[in-house]
Amino acid sequence: MKILVCITHVPDTTSKINFKDNNTRFDTTGVQFIIGPYDDYALARAIEIKEASGATVTVLNVGPADTEPTIRKALAIGADDAIRVNAEPTDSFFVASQIAEHAKAGGFDLILMGRESIDYNSGVVHSIVGEMLGIPSVSPVMKLDLDGTKAKLAREIEGGKEYLEVNLPFVAGCQEPIAEWKIPNMRGIMSARTKPLKVVEPKTAESGVKTQKFELPPPKGAVKMIPADNVPELVNLLKNEARVL
Amino acid sequence: MPILVFVESAEGKIKKTSLEAVAYAHAMGGPVTAIALGAAEKSELENLGKYGAQKVLHASDEKLNQGIIQAYAEVLVKALQDENADVLVLANSSLGTPVAARVAARTGASLATNVVSLPETASGFVVKKSIYTGKAFSFVELSNKKKVIALKKNAAELKEVGGAAQVTPYTVQLPDALFAVKILSSEKATGEVLLPEANIVVSGGRGMKGPEHWGMLEGLAKTLHAATGCSKPVSDMGWRPHHEHVGQTGVKVAPQLYIAVGISGAIQHLAGVNSSKCIVVINKDAEAPFFKAADYGIVGDAFEIIPKLTEAIKAAK
Ligand SMILES: Cc1cc2nc3c(=O)[nH]c(=O)nc-3n(C[C@H](O)[C@H](O)[C@H](O)COP(=O)(O)OP(=O)(O)OC[C@H]3O[C@@H](n4cnc5c(N)ncnc54)[C@H](O)[C@@H]3O)c2cc1C
Repeated sequence: MKILVCITHVPDTTSKINFKDNNTRFDTTGVQFIIGPYDDYALARAIEIKEASGATVTVLNVGPADTEPTIRKALAIGADDAIRVNAEPTDSFFVASQIAEHAKAGGFDLILMGRESIDYNSGVVHSIVGEMLGIPSVSPVMKLDLDGTKAKLAREIEGGKEYLEVNLPFVAGCQEPIAEWKIPNMRGIMSARTKPLKVVEPKTAESGVKTQKFELPPPKGAVKMIPADNVPELVNLLKNEARVL
Repeated sequence: MPILVFVESAEGKIKKTSLEAVAYAHAMGGPVTAIALGAAEKSELENLGKYGAQKVLHASDEKLNQGIIQAYAEVLVKALQDENADVLVLANSSLGTPVAARVAARTGASLATNVVSLPETASGFVVKKSIYTGKAFSFVELSNKKKVIALKKNAAELKEVGGAAQVTPYTVQLPDALFAVKILSSEKATGEVLLPEANIVVSGGRGMKGPEHWGMLEGLAKTLHAATGCSKPVSDMGWRPHHEHVGQTGVKVAPQLYIAVGISGAIQHLAGVNSSKCIVVINKDAEAPFFKAADYGIVGDAFEIIPKLTEAIKAAK
Protein backbone atom coordinates (compact mmCIF):
# COMPACT_ATOMS: atom_id res chain seq x y z
CA MET A 1 0.00 0.00 0.00
CA LYS A 2 1.43 3.35 -1.05
CA ILE A 3 -0.24 6.48 0.26
CA LEU A 4 0.43 10.03 -0.93
CA VAL A 5 -0.58 12.80 1.47
CA CYS A 6 -0.59 16.32 0.06
CA ILE A 7 -0.12 19.06 2.63
CA THR A 8 -0.42 22.82 2.59
CA HIS A 9 1.74 25.23 4.57
CA VAL A 10 -0.71 27.82 5.86
CA PRO A 11 -1.06 30.54 8.52
CA ASP A 12 -2.03 29.25 11.97
CA THR A 13 -5.82 29.48 12.49
CA THR A 14 -5.41 32.30 15.02
CA SER A 15 -3.46 34.52 12.60
CA LYS A 16 -4.48 38.07 11.85
CA ILE A 17 -4.64 38.40 8.09
CA ASN A 18 -2.86 41.41 6.56
CA PHE A 19 -1.51 42.30 3.14
CA LYS A 20 1.43 44.37 1.97
CA ASP A 21 2.87 45.89 -1.23
CA ASN A 22 -0.33 47.71 -2.09
CA ASN A 23 -2.49 44.73 -1.14
CA THR A 24 -0.80 42.43 -3.61
CA ARG A 25 1.01 40.10 -1.17
CA PHE A 26 0.22 38.31 2.06
CA ASP A 27 2.07 39.84 5.01
CA THR A 28 3.84 37.06 6.90
CA THR A 29 5.01 39.35 9.73
CA GLY A 30 4.35 37.61 13.05
CA VAL A 31 2.51 34.73 11.37
CA GLN A 32 3.16 31.13 12.40
CA PHE A 33 2.77 28.52 9.70
CA ILE A 34 1.25 25.09 10.23
CA ILE A 35 0.21 22.01 8.28
CA GLY A 36 -3.32 22.83 7.06
CA PRO A 37 -5.75 21.48 9.69
CA TYR A 38 -7.66 19.41 7.13
CA ASP A 39 -4.40 18.06 5.67
CA ASP A 40 -3.38 17.18 9.22
CA TYR A 41 -6.48 14.95 9.46
CA ALA A 42 -5.53 13.30 6.15
CA LEU A 43 -2.00 12.70 7.42
CA ALA A 44 -3.25 11.29 10.73
CA ARG A 45 -5.51 8.81 8.90
CA ALA A 46 -2.63 7.75 6.62
CA ILE A 47 -0.43 7.07 9.66
CA GLU A 48 -3.22 5.09 11.31
CA ILE A 49 -3.51 2.92 8.19
CA LYS A 50 0.25 2.48 8.13
CA GLU A 51 0.28 1.43 11.79
CA ALA A 52 -2.67 -0.92 11.42
CA SER A 53 -1.85 -2.71 8.20
CA GLY A 54 1.45 -1.49 6.83
CA ALA A 55 1.91 1.20 4.20
CA THR A 56 4.46 3.71 3.05
CA VAL A 57 3.37 7.31 3.42
CA THR A 58 4.86 9.99 1.19
CA VAL A 59 4.04 13.65 1.81
CA LEU A 60 4.03 16.18 -0.97
CA ASN A 61 4.00 19.95 -0.72
CA VAL A 62 4.10 22.51 -3.47
CA GLY A 63 5.97 25.43 -1.97
CA PRO A 64 9.22 27.38 -1.72
CA ALA A 65 12.07 26.35 0.62
CA ASP A 66 10.54 28.00 3.69
CA THR A 67 7.85 25.29 3.84
CA GLU A 68 10.47 22.67 4.79
CA PRO A 69 9.91 22.91 8.59
CA THR A 70 6.23 22.13 7.93
CA ILE A 71 7.21 19.15 5.77
CA ARG A 72 9.65 17.93 8.46
CA LYS A 73 6.79 18.09 10.96
CA ALA A 74 4.77 15.73 8.73
CA LEU A 75 7.79 13.39 8.65
CA ALA A 76 8.02 13.64 12.45
CA ILE A 77 4.36 12.64 12.71
CA GLY A 78 5.24 9.47 10.83
CA ALA A 79 5.45 9.92 7.06
CA ASP A 80 8.32 7.99 5.46
CA ASP A 81 9.56 10.41 2.85
CA ALA A 82 8.66 13.72 1.26
CA ILE A 83 8.63 15.59 -2.01
CA ARG A 84 8.73 19.37 -2.23
CA VAL A 85 7.82 20.83 -5.59
CA ASN A 86 9.82 24.02 -5.60
CA ALA A 87 7.26 26.67 -6.61
CA GLU A 88 4.78 29.15 -5.18
CA PRO A 89 1.40 27.42 -4.99
CA THR A 90 -0.29 30.14 -7.02
CA ASP A 91 -3.58 28.48 -7.88
CA SER A 92 -5.50 25.22 -7.63
CA PHE A 93 -4.91 24.08 -11.19
CA PHE A 94 -1.16 24.59 -10.93
CA VAL A 95 -0.94 22.72 -7.62
CA ALA A 96 -3.17 19.90 -8.87
CA SER A 97 -1.00 19.52 -11.97
CA GLN A 98 2.10 19.02 -9.81
CA ILE A 99 0.33 16.50 -7.57
CA ALA A 100 -1.05 14.58 -10.55
CA GLU A 101 2.42 14.37 -12.09
CA HIS A 102 3.95 12.76 -8.97
CA ALA A 103 0.89 10.66 -8.18
CA LYS A 104 1.12 9.10 -11.63
CA ALA A 105 4.85 8.48 -11.42
CA GLY A 106 4.68 7.06 -7.88
CA GLY A 107 1.89 4.54 -8.47
CA PHE A 108 0.00 5.42 -5.28
CA ASP A 109 -3.04 3.43 -4.14
CA LEU A 110 -4.49 6.26 -2.15
CA ILE A 111 -4.09 10.03 -2.49
CA LEU A 112 -5.19 11.96 0.58
CA MET A 113 -5.33 15.68 1.27
CA GLY A 114 -7.50 18.14 3.18
CA ARG A 115 -10.94 19.10 1.90
CA GLU A 116 -9.58 22.62 1.30
CA SER A 117 -6.61 24.77 2.21
CA ILE A 118 -7.40 27.35 4.88
CA ASP A 119 -5.79 30.20 2.95
CA TYR A 120 -7.50 30.09 -0.43
CA ASN A 121 -10.37 27.76 0.60
CA SER A 122 -11.04 26.75 -3.00
CA GLY A 123 -11.74 23.11 -2.14
CA VAL A 124 -11.07 21.82 -5.65
CA VAL A 125 -7.54 20.38 -5.78
CA HIS A 126 -8.65 16.79 -4.97
CA SER A 127 -11.28 16.87 -7.70
CA ILE A 128 -8.91 18.30 -10.31
CA VAL A 129 -6.29 15.67 -9.44
CA GLY A 130 -8.97 12.97 -9.78
CA GLU A 131 -9.97 14.32 -13.17
CA MET A 132 -6.36 14.57 -14.37
CA LEU A 133 -5.64 10.98 -13.32
CA GLY A 134 -8.99 9.65 -14.52
CA ILE A 135 -9.84 8.23 -11.09
CA PRO A 136 -12.63 8.96 -8.58
CA SER A 137 -12.34 11.72 -5.99
CA VAL A 138 -14.45 12.10 -2.88
CA SER A 139 -14.65 15.07 -0.50
CA PRO A 140 -15.21 15.91 2.32
CA VAL A 141 -14.48 12.45 3.71
CA MET A 142 -15.21 11.97 7.44
CA LYS A 143 -14.56 8.23 7.59
CA LEU A 144 -12.32 6.00 5.50
CA ASP A 145 -11.96 2.27 5.99
CA LEU A 146 -9.99 0.04 3.65
CA ASP A 147 -11.25 -3.40 2.75
CA GLY A 148 -8.77 -5.07 0.37
CA THR A 149 -8.86 -3.17 -2.90
CA LYS A 150 -12.00 -1.30 -1.88
CA ALA A 151 -12.74 1.48 0.57
CA LYS A 152 -15.85 2.39 2.48
CA LEU A 153 -16.26 6.11 3.04
CA ALA A 154 -18.59 8.56 4.72
CA ARG A 155 -18.89 11.95 3.08
CA GLU A 156 -20.52 15.02 4.60
CA ILE A 157 -23.32 16.58 2.58
CA GLU A 158 -25.57 19.53 3.45
CA GLY A 159 -27.57 18.42 6.47
CA GLY A 160 -26.23 14.88 6.62
CA LYS A 161 -23.93 12.14 5.38
CA GLU A 162 -23.51 9.83 2.45
CA TYR A 163 -22.00 6.34 2.75
CA LEU A 164 -19.94 5.37 -0.28
CA GLU A 165 -17.92 2.53 -1.69
CA VAL A 166 -15.09 2.95 -4.17
CA ASN A 167 -12.22 0.88 -5.56
CA LEU A 168 -8.60 1.94 -5.15
CA PRO A 169 -6.96 4.08 -6.36
CA PHE A 170 -8.87 7.26 -5.59
CA VAL A 171 -8.39 10.74 -4.19
CA ALA A 172 -9.96 11.85 -0.90
CA GLY A 173 -10.33 15.35 0.54
CA CYS A 174 -10.44 14.76 4.29
CA GLN A 175 -11.99 16.43 7.33
CA GLU A 176 -12.77 15.50 10.91
CA PRO A 177 -13.63 13.09 12.44
CA ILE A 178 -11.64 10.88 10.05
CA ALA A 179 -8.84 10.62 12.63
CA GLU A 180 -7.43 12.50 15.60
CA TRP A 181 -4.67 15.01 14.92
CA LYS A 182 -1.27 13.52 15.84
CA ILE A 183 1.44 15.33 17.77
CA PRO A 184 5.02 14.35 16.92
CA ASN A 185 7.01 12.73 19.72
CA MET A 186 10.72 13.16 20.42
CA ARG A 187 11.69 10.02 18.50
CA GLY A 188 9.64 11.16 15.52
CA ILE A 189 11.28 14.58 15.56
CA MET A 190 14.78 13.04 15.70
CA SER A 191 14.15 10.57 12.89
CA ALA A 192 12.47 13.21 10.70
CA ARG A 193 15.80 14.99 10.32
CA THR A 194 17.26 12.18 8.26
CA LYS A 195 14.20 11.04 6.32
CA PRO A 196 14.46 11.71 2.57
CA LEU A 197 13.05 15.03 1.37
CA LYS A 198 13.36 15.31 -2.38
CA VAL A 199 13.17 18.74 -4.00
CA VAL A 200 11.93 18.82 -7.59
CA GLU A 201 11.23 21.59 -10.04
CA PRO A 202 7.61 22.14 -11.15
CA LYS A 203 6.16 21.28 -14.51
CA THR A 204 4.54 24.14 -16.35
CA ALA A 205 0.77 24.42 -16.04
CA GLU A 206 -1.25 27.34 -17.38
CA SER A 207 -4.47 27.85 -15.44
CA GLY A 208 -5.77 31.16 -16.78
CA VAL A 209 -6.29 32.33 -13.21
CA LYS A 210 -4.37 35.26 -11.78
CA THR A 211 -4.79 36.96 -8.41
CA GLN A 212 -4.55 40.72 -8.90
CA LYS A 213 -5.03 42.05 -5.39
CA PHE A 214 -6.41 41.36 -1.93
CA GLU A 215 -8.85 43.21 0.29
CA LEU A 216 -9.87 43.07 3.94
CA PRO A 217 -13.52 43.30 4.92
CA PRO A 218 -14.64 46.64 6.39
CA PRO A 219 -14.14 46.83 10.18
CA LYS A 220 -17.08 45.82 12.32
CA GLY A 221 -19.02 48.57 14.16
CA ALA A 222 -19.24 48.56 17.96
CA VAL A 223 -21.50 46.06 19.69
CA LYS A 224 -24.73 47.35 21.21
CA MET A 225 -25.37 45.81 24.63
CA ILE A 226 -28.91 45.13 25.83
CA PRO A 227 -29.61 44.62 29.54
CA ALA A 228 -30.54 41.05 30.49
CA ASP A 229 -33.82 42.22 32.00
CA ASN A 230 -34.97 43.84 28.75
CA VAL A 231 -34.95 41.00 26.22
CA PRO A 232 -37.91 42.44 24.20
CA GLU A 233 -35.66 45.40 23.34
CA LEU A 234 -33.34 43.00 21.48
CA VAL A 235 -36.28 41.79 19.39
CA ASN A 236 -37.27 45.38 18.71
CA LEU A 237 -33.74 46.26 17.51
CA LEU A 238 -33.47 43.16 15.33
CA LYS A 239 -36.79 44.02 13.74
CA ASN A 240 -36.61 47.76 13.36
CA GLU A 241 -32.91 48.66 13.36
CA ALA A 242 -31.06 45.68 11.87
CA ARG A 243 -34.16 44.59 9.90
CA VAL A 244 -33.27 40.92 10.05
CA LEU A 245 -36.50 39.56 11.54
CA MET B 1 -22.85 33.68 -25.93
CA PRO B 2 -25.15 31.61 -23.69
CA ILE B 3 -24.28 30.94 -20.05
CA LEU B 4 -25.00 27.50 -18.64
CA VAL B 5 -26.22 27.28 -15.03
CA PHE B 6 -26.29 24.02 -13.10
CA VAL B 7 -29.19 23.97 -10.64
CA GLU B 8 -29.64 21.63 -7.67
CA SER B 9 -32.76 20.80 -5.76
CA ALA B 10 -33.38 19.64 -2.21
CA GLU B 11 -36.62 17.95 -1.15
CA GLY B 12 -38.20 18.70 -4.53
CA LYS B 13 -37.44 22.44 -4.49
CA ILE B 14 -34.70 24.22 -6.40
CA LYS B 15 -32.17 25.44 -3.83
CA LYS B 16 -32.09 29.17 -3.17
CA THR B 17 -28.37 29.24 -3.93
CA SER B 18 -29.13 27.76 -7.36
CA LEU B 19 -31.74 30.48 -7.99
CA GLU B 20 -28.99 32.95 -7.12
CA ALA B 21 -26.75 31.27 -9.70
CA VAL B 22 -29.45 31.81 -12.36
CA ALA B 23 -29.87 35.44 -11.27
CA TYR B 24 -26.08 35.89 -11.39
CA ALA B 25 -25.84 34.56 -14.95
CA HIS B 26 -28.75 36.77 -15.98
CA ALA B 27 -27.04 39.81 -14.46
CA MET B 28 -23.87 38.88 -16.41
CA GLY B 29 -25.89 39.43 -19.55
CA GLY B 30 -27.11 35.91 -20.35
CA PRO B 31 -28.84 34.39 -22.35
CA VAL B 32 -29.19 31.79 -19.63
CA THR B 33 -29.71 28.07 -20.10
CA ALA B 34 -30.24 26.23 -16.82
CA ILE B 35 -29.71 22.50 -16.46
CA ALA B 36 -31.11 20.15 -13.82
CA LEU B 37 -29.98 16.53 -13.37
CA GLY B 38 -32.01 13.63 -12.02
CA ALA B 39 -35.54 13.84 -10.66
CA ALA B 40 -36.99 17.38 -10.58
CA GLU B 41 -40.45 18.94 -10.57
CA LYS B 42 -41.42 20.46 -13.91
CA SER B 43 -43.10 23.46 -12.26
CA GLU B 44 -39.94 24.16 -10.27
CA LEU B 45 -37.89 24.10 -13.47
CA GLU B 46 -40.30 26.39 -15.32
CA ASN B 47 -40.08 28.74 -12.38
CA LEU B 48 -36.38 29.33 -13.16
CA GLY B 49 -37.62 31.63 -15.93
CA LYS B 50 -38.60 34.13 -13.27
CA TYR B 51 -34.95 34.66 -12.37
CA GLY B 52 -33.74 34.88 -15.93
CA ALA B 53 -33.42 31.38 -17.42
CA GLN B 54 -34.63 31.36 -21.00
CA LYS B 55 -34.38 27.65 -21.40
CA VAL B 56 -34.09 24.74 -18.98
CA LEU B 57 -32.53 21.41 -19.90
CA HIS B 58 -33.66 18.47 -17.82
CA ALA B 59 -31.42 15.39 -17.86
CA SER B 60 -33.88 13.11 -16.10
CA ASP B 61 -32.04 9.78 -16.57
CA GLU B 62 -32.70 7.97 -13.30
CA LYS B 63 -29.02 7.09 -13.03
CA LEU B 64 -28.62 10.80 -12.19
CA ASN B 65 -30.99 10.69 -9.22
CA GLN B 66 -27.95 10.25 -7.02
CA GLY B 67 -25.34 12.98 -7.09
CA ILE B 68 -22.44 11.09 -8.67
CA ILE B 69 -19.79 13.71 -9.34
CA GLN B 70 -18.05 12.15 -12.36
CA ALA B 71 -21.38 11.51 -14.08
CA TYR B 72 -22.62 15.03 -13.37
CA ALA B 73 -19.39 16.50 -14.75
CA GLU B 74 -19.82 14.44 -17.92
CA VAL B 75 -23.34 15.77 -18.50
CA LEU B 76 -22.27 19.37 -17.94
CA VAL B 77 -19.26 19.11 -20.25
CA LYS B 78 -21.58 17.78 -22.95
CA ALA B 79 -24.21 20.45 -22.31
CA LEU B 80 -21.60 23.24 -22.58
CA GLN B 81 -20.69 21.88 -26.02
CA ASP B 82 -24.26 21.39 -27.18
CA GLU B 83 -25.33 24.85 -26.00
CA ASN B 84 -22.20 26.41 -27.40
CA ALA B 85 -21.64 27.98 -23.99
CA ASP B 86 -18.27 29.16 -22.67
CA VAL B 87 -19.32 29.91 -19.12
CA LEU B 88 -20.71 27.61 -16.44
CA VAL B 89 -22.16 29.14 -13.26
CA LEU B 90 -23.24 27.14 -10.22
CA ALA B 91 -23.54 27.36 -6.44
CA ASN B 92 -20.78 26.09 -4.13
CA SER B 93 -21.99 22.92 -2.43
CA SER B 94 -20.86 19.40 -1.59
CA LEU B 95 -21.94 18.48 -5.12
CA GLY B 96 -21.50 21.72 -7.08
CA THR B 97 -17.90 22.49 -6.09
CA PRO B 98 -16.32 19.14 -7.07
CA VAL B 99 -18.38 19.07 -10.27
CA ALA B 100 -17.14 22.59 -11.10
CA ALA B 101 -13.55 21.45 -10.56
CA ARG B 102 -13.87 18.47 -12.86
CA VAL B 103 -15.64 20.40 -15.60
CA ALA B 104 -12.96 23.11 -15.48
CA ALA B 105 -10.13 20.55 -15.61
CA ARG B 106 -11.77 18.76 -18.52
CA THR B 107 -12.58 21.81 -20.62
CA GLY B 108 -9.51 23.89 -19.83
CA ALA B 109 -11.61 26.60 -18.20
CA SER B 110 -10.43 29.25 -15.75
CA LEU B 111 -11.98 28.27 -12.41
CA ALA B 112 -13.05 30.34 -9.42
CA THR B 113 -14.97 29.11 -6.36
CA ASN B 114 -16.40 31.06 -3.38
CA VAL B 115 -17.20 33.97 -5.70
CA VAL B 116 -19.10 36.71 -3.87
CA SER B 117 -20.02 39.28 -6.50
CA LEU B 118 -20.57 39.91 -10.18
CA PRO B 119 -17.50 40.13 -12.44
CA GLU B 120 -15.84 43.42 -13.24
CA THR B 121 -15.17 43.52 -16.95
CA ALA B 122 -13.59 46.97 -17.41
CA SER B 123 -10.18 45.38 -18.02
CA GLY B 124 -10.34 41.61 -18.32
CA PHE B 125 -12.81 39.46 -16.42
CA VAL B 126 -12.27 39.81 -12.69
CA VAL B 127 -14.24 38.14 -9.90
CA LYS B 128 -14.10 38.72 -6.16
CA LYS B 129 -13.57 35.63 -4.00
CA SER B 130 -13.83 34.99 -0.29
CA ILE B 131 -10.52 33.66 1.09
CA TYR B 132 -8.84 33.02 4.46
CA THR B 133 -12.11 31.57 5.67
CA GLY B 134 -14.02 34.82 5.30
CA LYS B 135 -11.22 36.96 6.75
CA ALA B 136 -10.27 38.49 3.37
CA PHE B 137 -11.14 38.72 -0.31
CA SER B 138 -9.14 38.35 -3.48
CA PHE B 139 -9.71 39.75 -6.95
CA VAL B 140 -8.96 37.10 -9.52
CA GLU B 141 -8.68 37.48 -13.24
CA LEU B 142 -10.09 34.60 -15.28
CA SER B 143 -8.37 34.88 -18.63
CA ASN B 144 -9.35 31.72 -20.51
CA LYS B 145 -12.24 31.93 -22.93
CA LYS B 146 -13.98 29.18 -20.99
CA LYS B 147 -14.83 29.91 -17.37
CA VAL B 148 -16.38 28.01 -14.49
CA ILE B 149 -17.71 30.15 -11.63
CA ALA B 150 -18.90 28.67 -8.32
CA LEU B 151 -20.79 31.10 -6.11
CA LYS B 152 -20.91 31.59 -2.40
CA LYS B 153 -24.33 32.23 -0.86
CA ASN B 154 -25.71 35.78 -1.44
CA ALA B 155 -23.50 36.41 -4.50
CA ALA B 156 -26.48 37.69 -6.46
CA GLU B 157 -29.74 39.33 -5.56
CA LEU B 158 -32.94 37.48 -6.43
CA LYS B 159 -35.14 39.64 -8.64
CA GLU B 160 -38.05 38.49 -10.74
CA VAL B 161 -37.31 39.33 -14.35
CA GLY B 162 -39.40 36.96 -16.45
CA GLY B 163 -42.08 34.32 -16.75
CA ALA B 164 -42.03 30.55 -17.09
CA ALA B 165 -39.05 29.00 -18.85
CA GLN B 166 -39.36 26.32 -21.47
CA VAL B 167 -38.23 22.91 -20.22
CA THR B 168 -36.54 20.56 -22.70
CA PRO B 169 -35.56 16.95 -22.00
CA TYR B 170 -31.83 16.33 -22.32
CA THR B 171 -30.14 12.97 -22.79
CA VAL B 172 -26.49 12.02 -22.52
CA GLN B 173 -24.80 8.63 -22.89
CA LEU B 174 -23.62 7.60 -19.44
CA PRO B 175 -21.06 4.78 -19.52
CA ASP B 176 -20.79 2.64 -16.37
CA ALA B 177 -17.22 3.85 -15.77
CA LEU B 178 -18.67 7.17 -14.60
CA PHE B 179 -20.32 5.41 -11.69
CA ALA B 180 -17.15 4.10 -10.03
CA VAL B 181 -18.21 5.71 -6.75
CA LYS B 182 -21.25 3.88 -5.34
CA ILE B 183 -23.56 5.62 -2.92
CA LEU B 184 -24.67 2.89 -0.53
CA SER B 185 -26.98 5.00 1.59
CA SER B 186 -27.42 8.49 2.96
CA GLU B 187 -28.73 10.13 6.11
CA LYS B 188 -30.26 13.50 5.74
CA ALA B 189 -32.17 15.72 8.12
CA THR B 190 -35.60 16.22 6.57
CA GLY B 191 -38.12 18.94 7.16
CA GLU B 192 -35.52 21.04 8.96
CA VAL B 193 -34.00 24.25 7.69
CA LEU B 194 -30.58 23.34 6.28
CA LEU B 195 -27.72 25.15 7.98
CA PRO B 196 -25.77 26.31 4.88
CA GLU B 197 -28.95 27.76 3.32
CA ALA B 198 -30.60 29.22 6.42
CA ASN B 199 -31.47 32.90 6.78
CA ILE B 200 -31.32 32.65 10.56
CA VAL B 201 -29.05 30.38 12.60
CA VAL B 202 -29.33 29.65 16.33
CA SER B 203 -26.06 28.20 17.54
CA GLY B 204 -25.05 26.75 20.90
CA GLY B 205 -21.68 26.20 22.54
CA ARG B 206 -20.22 24.45 25.54
CA GLY B 207 -22.07 26.98 27.71
CA MET B 208 -25.25 25.00 27.00
CA LYS B 209 -23.85 22.38 29.41
CA GLY B 210 -25.23 19.26 27.68
CA PRO B 211 -27.32 17.86 24.84
CA GLU B 212 -30.37 17.69 27.13
CA HIS B 213 -30.61 21.49 27.00
CA TRP B 214 -30.86 21.73 23.23
CA GLY B 215 -34.67 21.61 23.28
CA MET B 216 -34.55 25.24 24.36
CA LEU B 217 -32.45 26.27 21.37
CA GLU B 218 -34.58 24.20 19.01
CA GLY B 219 -37.65 25.96 20.37
CA LEU B 220 -36.07 29.33 19.62
CA ALA B 221 -34.98 28.12 16.17
CA LYS B 222 -38.47 26.89 15.37
CA THR B 223 -40.02 30.23 16.35
CA LEU B 224 -37.58 32.00 14.01
CA HIS B 225 -37.75 29.36 11.25
CA ALA B 226 -34.00 29.03 11.81
CA ALA B 227 -31.43 26.25 11.48
CA THR B 228 -29.46 25.08 14.52
CA GLY B 229 -25.67 25.14 14.66
CA CYS B 230 -23.02 24.52 17.30
CA SER B 231 -19.35 25.01 18.18
CA LYS B 232 -16.70 22.35 17.52
CA PRO B 233 -16.43 20.95 21.06
CA VAL B 234 -20.19 20.44 21.04
CA SER B 235 -20.02 18.20 17.95
CA ASP B 236 -16.74 16.60 19.14
CA MET B 237 -18.51 15.51 22.35
CA GLY B 238 -21.38 14.15 20.29
CA TRP B 239 -23.98 16.52 21.75
CA ARG B 240 -24.92 17.49 18.19
CA PRO B 241 -24.30 15.95 14.74
CA HIS B 242 -21.14 16.96 12.93
CA HIS B 243 -22.96 18.69 10.05
CA GLU B 244 -24.12 21.36 12.52
CA HIS B 245 -20.56 22.32 13.52
CA VAL B 246 -19.85 25.89 12.48
CA GLY B 247 -16.39 27.41 12.02
CA GLN B 248 -12.98 27.13 10.46
CA THR B 249 -13.15 23.34 10.31
CA GLY B 250 -16.93 23.10 9.95
CA VAL B 251 -19.75 24.75 8.05
CA LYS B 252 -19.27 28.36 6.99
CA VAL B 253 -22.57 30.15 7.27
CA ALA B 254 -23.74 33.48 5.85
CA PRO B 255 -27.19 34.10 7.32
CA GLN B 256 -29.02 37.39 7.87
CA LEU B 257 -28.94 36.68 11.59
CA TYR B 258 -26.60 34.47 13.69
CA ILE B 259 -27.51 34.01 17.34
CA ALA B 260 -24.66 32.55 19.40
CA VAL B 261 -25.53 31.18 22.82
CA GLY B 262 -22.84 30.06 25.27
CA ILE B 263 -20.09 30.23 22.65
CA SER B 264 -16.91 32.03 23.68
CA GLY B 265 -16.05 33.27 20.19
CA ALA B 266 -12.69 31.63 19.49
CA ILE B 267 -11.14 32.91 16.28
CA GLN B 268 -11.73 29.49 14.65
CA HIS B 269 -15.43 29.73 15.40
CA LEU B 270 -15.64 33.32 14.14
CA ALA B 271 -14.09 32.20 10.84
CA GLY B 272 -17.32 30.34 10.08
CA VAL B 273 -19.71 33.17 10.93
CA ASN B 274 -17.99 36.36 9.79
CA SER B 275 -20.10 36.58 6.62
CA SER B 276 -23.30 36.89 8.69
CA LYS B 277 -25.18 40.16 8.27
CA CYS B 278 -26.06 40.52 11.95
CA ILE B 279 -24.64 38.68 14.97
CA VAL B 280 -26.27 38.41 18.41
CA VAL B 281 -24.21 37.04 21.29
CA ILE B 282 -25.66 35.74 24.54
CA ASN B 283 -23.01 34.84 27.10
CA LYS B 284 -22.77 35.03 30.87
CA ASP B 285 -19.20 36.31 30.69
CA ALA B 286 -19.02 40.00 29.74
CA GLU B 287 -15.40 39.43 28.66
CA ALA B 288 -16.22 36.71 26.13
CA PRO B 289 -14.33 37.58 22.91
CA PHE B 290 -17.45 36.96 20.82
CA PHE B 291 -18.90 40.32 21.95
CA LYS B 292 -16.18 42.09 19.94
CA ALA B 293 -17.50 40.47 16.76
CA ALA B 294 -21.17 41.00 17.61
CA ASP B 295 -23.74 43.60 16.57
CA TYR B 296 -25.92 43.04 19.65
CA GLY B 297 -25.09 41.38 22.93
CA ILE B 298 -26.69 40.33 26.18
CA VAL B 299 -24.63 39.40 29.22
CA GLY B 300 -26.64 36.79 31.06
CA ASP B 301 -27.44 33.18 31.73
CA ALA B 302 -28.58 31.39 28.59
CA PHE B 303 -31.06 29.31 30.55
CA GLU B 304 -32.89 32.48 31.60
CA ILE B 305 -32.47 34.53 28.41
CA ILE B 306 -33.47 31.94 25.80
CA PRO B 307 -37.03 31.29 27.05
CA LYS B 308 -37.55 35.05 27.37
CA LEU B 309 -36.24 35.65 23.87
CA THR B 310 -38.50 32.96 22.42
CA GLU B 311 -41.49 34.53 24.17
CA ALA B 312 -40.56 38.05 23.03
CA ILE B 313 -40.30 36.91 19.42
CA LYS B 314 -43.67 35.18 19.58
CA ALA B 315 -45.17 38.32 21.11
CA ALA B 316 -43.69 40.56 18.39
CA LYS B 317 -45.13 38.48 15.54
C1 LIG C 1 -7.22 24.18 14.10
C2 LIG C 1 -8.44 24.45 14.94
C3 LIG C 1 -9.67 24.50 14.30
C4 LIG C 1 -10.83 24.76 15.04
N1 LIG C 1 -12.02 24.84 14.37
C5 LIG C 1 -13.13 25.20 15.06
C6 LIG C 1 -14.38 25.36 14.40
O1 LIG C 1 -14.50 25.13 13.19
N2 LIG C 1 -15.45 25.73 15.12
C7 LIG C 1 -15.39 25.96 16.47
O2 LIG C 1 -16.42 26.31 17.07
N3 LIG C 1 -14.23 25.80 17.12
C8 LIG C 1 -13.11 25.42 16.46
N4 LIG C 1 -11.94 25.24 17.14
C9 LIG C 1 -11.98 25.28 18.62
C10 LIG C 1 -11.97 26.69 19.18
O3 LIG C 1 -10.63 27.10 19.34
C11 LIG C 1 -12.67 26.74 20.55
O4 LIG C 1 -12.08 25.81 21.41
C12 LIG C 1 -14.17 26.46 20.50
O5 LIG C 1 -14.80 27.24 19.50
C13 LIG C 1 -14.80 26.75 21.84
O6 LIG C 1 -16.14 26.32 21.85
P1 LIG C 1 -17.21 26.99 22.81
O7 LIG C 1 -17.25 28.43 22.59
O8 LIG C 1 -18.48 26.23 22.67
O9 LIG C 1 -16.66 26.61 24.26
P2 LIG C 1 -15.91 27.51 25.35
O10 LIG C 1 -14.76 28.22 24.77
O11 LIG C 1 -15.72 26.63 26.51
O12 LIG C 1 -16.97 28.61 25.68
C14 LIG C 1 -18.16 28.41 26.41
C15 LIG C 1 -18.78 29.77 26.62
O13 LIG C 1 -20.05 29.60 27.23
C16 LIG C 1 -20.24 30.61 28.18
N5 LIG C 1 -21.21 30.11 29.15
C17 LIG C 1 -21.05 29.14 30.08
N6 LIG C 1 -22.19 28.96 30.76
C18 LIG C 1 -23.10 29.81 30.26
C19 LIG C 1 -24.46 30.11 30.56
N7 LIG C 1 -25.12 29.45 31.49
N8 LIG C 1 -25.06 31.07 29.83
C20 LIG C 1 -24.40 31.76 28.87
N9 LIG C 1 -23.12 31.54 28.55
C21 LIG C 1 -22.48 30.57 29.24
C22 LIG C 1 -18.85 30.85 28.77
O14 LIG C 1 -18.76 32.15 29.32
C23 LIG C 1 -17.97 30.67 27.53
O15 LIG C 1 -17.77 31.92 26.88
C24 LIG C 1 -10.76 24.97 16.44
C25 LIG C 1 -9.52 24.91 17.06
C26 LIG C 1 -8.37 24.65 16.34
C27 LIG C 1 -7.06 24.61 17.04
